[in-house]
Amino acid sequence: MAVETQAVKQPIQFSAPVVGAAGGFAGVFVGAANGSVLMGILLGFVILAALAFVALAVLDPKLEKTFKLVLIAVMAVAGYLLGGLPGLVVGAIFGWFFGWFTYWIGMGRHRVPLPPYLTSGQVLWEYSFRVIAGAIFVFLITPILVVMPLSFNAEDFFTFTPEMLRFDPEGYSLKHYRDFFTSSEWQQALRNSLIIAPLATLLSVSFGTLAAIGLSSEHVPFRRAIMAILISPMIVPLIISAAGMYFFYSRIGLQGTLMGVVLAHAALGIPFVIITVTATLVGFDRSLTRAAANMGADPVTTFFRVQMPLILPGVISGGLFAFITSFDEVVVVIFVGSAQQQTLPWQMFTGLREQISPTILAVATILVAISIMLLTTVEILRRRSEKMRGMSPG
Amino acid sequence: MSTLKGSGPQTSDAPTPEDAFHEAAALDARESEPRHGSGNGGPVLAADGTPLKRSLARALRAQKMRALALIAPLLIFVLLTFIAPIADMLFRSVENQIVRDTLPRTVEALADWDDTSGELPGDAVFDAAYTDIFLAAEYKLHTRLGSRLNYELTGVSSLFRKSGRGLDDIGEVYLDQFEDLDEAWDEALPWAELMGTADSVAAYKAWVKAEDKAKENNEDFNDPIPAFEMRDDIADVLPRTAEAYSRFATFVRDEDEDSPFEEEPWTLVVTRLYEDLRDGDVSSYNGPRAEMLKAADALVDSPDFQTADLQAAFGEIDEDWLDTRVWQTIKTYSPAYTNGYFLNAVDMQKTPDGAAMRDEDERIYGLLFKRTMFMSLVITFSCIALAYPVAYLLSTLPMRTANLLMILVLLPFWTSLLVRTSAWKVMLQQQGVINDVLVWLGLVADDGRLVMINNQLGTIIAMTHILLPFMILPMYSVMSTIPPTYVRAAKSLGATNWTSFWRVYFPQSVPGIGAGSILVFILSIGYYITPEIVGGTTGTFISNRIAYHISSSLNWGLAAALGTILLAVVLILYWAYDRIVGIDNVKLGG
Repeated sequence: MAVETQAVKQPIQFSAPVVGAAGGFAGVFVGAANGSVLMGILLGFVILAALAFVALAVLDPKLEKTFKLVLIAVMAVAGYLLGGLPGLVVGAIFGWFFGWFTYWIGMGRHRVPLPPYLTSGQVLWEYSFRVIAGAIFVFLITPILVVMPLSFNAEDFFTFTPEMLRFDPEGYSLKHYRDFFTSSEWQQALRNSLIIAPLATLLSVSFGTLAAIGLSSEHVPFRRAIMAILISPMIVPLIISAAGMYFFYSRIGLQGTLMGVVLAHAALGIPFVIITVTATLVGFDRSLTRAAANMGADPVTTFFRVQMPLILPGVISGGLFAFITSFDEVVVVIFVGSAQQQTLPWQMFTGLREQISPTILAVATILVAISIMLLTTVEILRRRSEKMRGMSPG
Repeated sequence: MSTLKGSGPQTSDAPTPEDAFHEAAALDARESEPRHGSGNGGPVLAADGTPLKRSLARALRAQKMRALALIAPLLIFVLLTFIAPIADMLFRSVENQIVRDTLPRTVEALADWDDTSGELPGDAVFDAAYTDIFLAAEYKLHTRLGSRLNYELTGVSSLFRKSGRGLDDIGEVYLDQFEDLDEAWDEALPWAELMGTADSVAAYKAWVKAEDKAKENNEDFNDPIPAFEMRDDIADVLPRTAEAYSRFATFVRDEDEDSPFEEEPWTLVVTRLYEDLRDGDVSSYNGPRAEMLKAADALVDSPDFQTADLQAAFGEIDEDWLDTRVWQTIKTYSPAYTNGYFLNAVDMQKTPDGAAMRDEDERIYGLLFKRTMFMSLVITFSCIALAYPVAYLLSTLPMRTANLLMILVLLPFWTSLLVRTSAWKVMLQQQGVINDVLVWLGLVADDGRLVMINNQLGTIIAMTHILLPFMILPMYSVMSTIPPTYVRAAKSLGATNWTSFWRVYFPQSVPGIGAGSILVFILSIGYYITPEIVGGTTGTFISNRIAYHISSSLNWGLAAALGTILLAVVLILYWAYDRIVGIDNVKLGG
């Protein structure tokens, strides 16, 4: 942006009420927790407006750091008096926020990232929009974050115990993880998952890569129809795939066998391999294979020495998709598998439905860690592949 | 993913056999024109002397074959492991051979019966049903048929179970009287002598002797019992008895792995014997056991002989047999293929007068389909509402920040579905995190905790969260292509914020909304796991009902019919998606 907006100190008639309003909002919660919402709003407004007045109109602007630190300390103590140890943390956070907020508003810093011509209404809208979007991000991520600390719960509860909120070490333990690693059921489920998912991935990747290469050549009769068939496992709702596979596999004796589950999962993973590998092949320069053939390489050598290294990132990320599809899959395995093929998600599903135990949360945390690793790998591979094909890193 | 539509950007300049093919054709065309000046005639030749056109056509064909050969293994794999199961499901939704296979005679006899007359079917039908159900009970098929017909008329299941046991009583009446006459009628061997060939009977007797001898000598004797063979001429004298006995002999050999020489025949055979003796004449018979048979014939002809009326006997087993609805149901479901499952799936039923709606209080599937649609729509709209600001923010922020925030979208997308569902179960419970926080804040009284799980609200919240990334990603990819200059231009021309958004920005973002909505709607309409766990009874979808019919009520036909309807809805939506967005634009993880 050509024109930089300068931070201009705002008049105190503006800053104090705005900070006060924010204090009033915070006061709703503090007030509710202590009995009277109305008192909370009033006190919050008055206290914060007064603080803003002191900070911006009375104190020297150089004392900003000191003021912020004092505010954190005061709020933390106040929080402790009102709500014990959790109150202390909340109070400290409030103190930090209001210290920052007072100066951010009062010194006009909030206008710096925005174009200078915006009206106050537009500035307000811009920030409320960001707050809304932020709330949606919180909605997206909170459930996953909440699971993690709860998995260290020392009790068999699905919620935070008072000990946990007091940050008492007594309240935390690794016992659910111990359960997971010692229970034969969970270990069997883990083993099954680790057998089924790689086998299914291997099947879908090897068939899928070949077919993707075939599909990307320029003269394929019935390409649309073939594509529709190959993508269909992704489109058809899982319950329908599961029902059909259950009926058909029990007809041919595959129901309740490891083989049946592997085949079913391989079929479900194929669309992902096809999609990612054909996407990688978009940028593949066909003259390279011709050059290889020209120099005397047979098709197999050409494939493994020329084509494969170039499309490998796509193949690997397709494989990861196929792996996670199989590793996460519940519906089909419930119907096609039998008790001997119980996988991790299946065990979680029965756990959630019947004997609900916090071990599930420990498993969930482990799975989140795995998915973070997979996400990172896929992202790195994607960038690498795009760099290789000379596209801008996304 | 434009590769699916043709050659990519880097390959467009590379020559292909097809290009050369067109060029060769053009060359040929030029050659066929009258030539001026000197030059060699004839087509252009390739290095090996064949015409270039043909040699190129061969190369093109070889390339097509190679592509197909690469695709073939996967295509066959998917056809076998995925398409065949779907086809099987479609087949099962109309298949109804069980009635025809289990009650073949009854179905045939019922063809003549007018099921709208309100009268019971005639004796022929009862007679056929006696044979069919007796055989089905011996082969233990009657309970399966009973539970099949029970889906259509409640009570049939227990009716068939009772009848399987009760039908023996009919034959007992005759057996008791024959037995009083001659004990031999209740023994296996006399029957076998009457029915079997002389050779097989002799072979059996020899075998018995050999066994006795072996026993005396304390030797092991493992020779199998000689096979029983039906005598041909007995069918002339006792046609029905012979038929029933031969079925019995087959059954004893195949199912019991025993021999008719050592097993007394079914009471059905005795009943048939009575009928043959009543209607026929055995005086000309002079084969084995002729005396015994003639004595029995005389007994049957005597006025003291007690007979059992079939219809009355059926009524005695269960009076439901005298209810025309049972026979109507059997007749209605006698064809090998039926639309009955589909009618059930839309809350209708087959009646003698054609398809009709069920009673108000029996209609559940219409409600379920409506609820599934309604909740999927609510979820789709909440996804739009939540995804739009996020996608907008991501597309306007600088690349670096946007990528960081994108992780917050992709992490849930990559996290196991079960993890997210369990997280919501933890959060939404009455003793869960959200309620605890609200109580701690004092916004909700401890005894007034909100009920957010095991109802529609729980399903909607959890599924909105789970499907949100599928809405954000397509929206983001559309919005990041909208140039920001358009909105600025609109504003500089005097448009207000709202006008510039609504008239300039929003119309350009509609394709993203469309793509995301169809995707989310397709996904949510077939969801099973999340509604099952957080949905309780009011928040479940049609897919939960399908699962219930597969694993609990075992009404596979109905499950298949419901699945077929759901599949049809999804395929129509998918077709729409393909028309609006294109399959090739399916993006994975941004």
